[in-house]
Amino acid sequence: MTNDTVTLDQLTGWLTRFRDLVTDQVSYLTELDSAIGDADHGSNMTRGMGAVIEKLQASPATAVDELFKGVGMTLVTSVGGASGPLYGTFFLRIGTEAGPVATLDAPGLAAALRAGLGGVVARGKAEAGDKTMFDVLAPALDAFDAALVVSSDISSAARAAHTAAQSGRDATEPLLARKGRASYLGERSIGHIDPGAASTALLFQALSEILDGE
Amino acid sequence: MKKLINSPETVLADSLVGVAAAHPEVRVDHVNRIIYRAAPTRAGKVALLSGGGTGHEPLHGGFVGVGMLDAACAGAVFTSPTPDQMLEATKVVDGGAGVLHIVKNYTGDVMNFEMGAELAAAETGIEVAVVVVNDDVAVEDSTFTAGRRGVGTTVLLEKIAGAAAEEGRNLAAVAAVARQVNESGRSMGVALSSCTVPAAGKPTFELPEGEMEIGVGIHGEPGRRRVPLAGAAEVARLLVEPILADLDFTGAPTIVMVNGLGGTPLIELYVMYAEVRKVLEAAGVTVARSLVGNYITALDMAGCSVTILKADEDLLHLWDAPVNTAGLRWGI
Repeated sequence: MTNDTVTLDQLTGWLTRFRDLVTDQVSYLTELDSAIGDADHGSNMTRGMGAVIEKLQASPATAVDELFKGVGMTLVTSVGGASGPLYGTFFLRIGTEAGPVATLDAPGLAAALRAGLGGVVARGKAEAGDKTMFDVLAPALDAFDAALVVSSDISSAARAAHTAAQSGRDATEPLLARKGRASYLGERSIGHIDPGAASTALLFQALSEILDGE
Repeated sequence: MKKLINSPETVLADSLVGVAAAHPEVRVDHVNRIIYRAAPTRAGKVALLSGGGTGHEPLHGGFVGVGMLDAACAGAVFTSPTPDQMLEATKVVDGGAGVLHIVKNYTGDVMNFEMGAELAAAETGIEVAVVVVNDDVAVEDSTFTAGRRGVGTTVLLEKIAGAAAEEGRNLAAVAAVARQVNESGRSMGVALSSCTVPAAGKPTFELPEGEMEIGVGIHGEPGRRRVPLAGAAEVARLLVEPILADLDFTGAPTIVMVNGLGGTPLIELYVMYAEVRKVLEAAGVTVARSLVGNYITALDMAGCSVTILKADEDLLHLWDAPVNTAGLRWGI
């Protein structure tokens, strides 16, 4: 069976699954952040996504832009650190690009995610190889787009994005950090996976699992 | 982890209750986690707003009061406050003469203050100026890092810019003084132990007995290198020499701070201060004013930092002006 659109329910499910994954892996994310940061990425993401889902359960969104703008603002106001503005801007831009619709087709979702990436770059000014969430987002979206050239099935595109996200995450391990707190470590940042890259990989795992109906 | 807390989740909220109870001269907005002066900003006075993650006390909340800050936004431990807090505080403290945002150079702080200033610009006509403090010589200032961290100079800057605002200088002039302090101040720190973030429950990094971490920041982020523990004279040399190599401090009066990181007793800070003075004297640096104590801390980290500010007549005059805050108080 192929899937060429994604519904508001599925997108809400994506966010809920992301909340579950960061919550399950809170210790793992915090451990990565202890090695090269300040040991708060797991708890910050868990707190932020917890607030997002709580709000969505109290008042479910009625359109895609409303959904993601709400998510973005909640993350900006509840996470702090660098993750708040970066993830917040990512979702805010997705919402703006998607507009007041109830479903997104494959190119629509691809364009929205691409706009989200643009927001992350504008806010964080990261480039490829800086050892940040960019190193997962960019290859994951490239893989998503490439898969859509072959087939309009969103599920298989999301699987491809997830695979690329995992490779991107693992590829941050040997990199020298050039952005964020990890950059203060210089050479000592080498040999550790970037925590933001790891949580971003969970975002694509969540998308892939939801679209596969897991 | 042994800490005097009720639970890791309530540390910030509980501490703000204590701040409000102990200091009637400040007012705490517990919902938005903002510490204000109890009295509103005098009309026509430039307001100073700072903030950051908590765990650095007395910075920043302990520096709210006459002669220093008008408000401080408190984030979670070691986590920047959020843009809605900066927007709210900016609206409350503006006395019609604009607001100076004092931001320590950390990726999260810079992004959150930037979004806060964007929101303030979009929603209000309040004039906001920003100064980003980046004085830590331990970090290479290059395009390959997030830039130098904001550490000890922040304390001196909040005091001096606060006095300038109190005198009635306008926003451009207060911001100019603040930038002068940032450009003329340098710091370097050393850790003898890691610190334990309450929510993490264990030390952020491992520092074996007999070793120290040179160039450490104020969040338990590891420094640049690890060396065998040495005596105070040698540690003073390791901290002061990189500062003097970075900026020429001769030929001007300086303000020197030896700051404890939270887990080092004052007696050791005075031992360090004596050694710092010897290194400075040998290098021909004139010390005009001194500050020794715990002013910008990293929870329970043992260790200290040295900050040297190249001053002039105006900066010394502003430094000597009265200040009445929980963390710094003289001349009143």
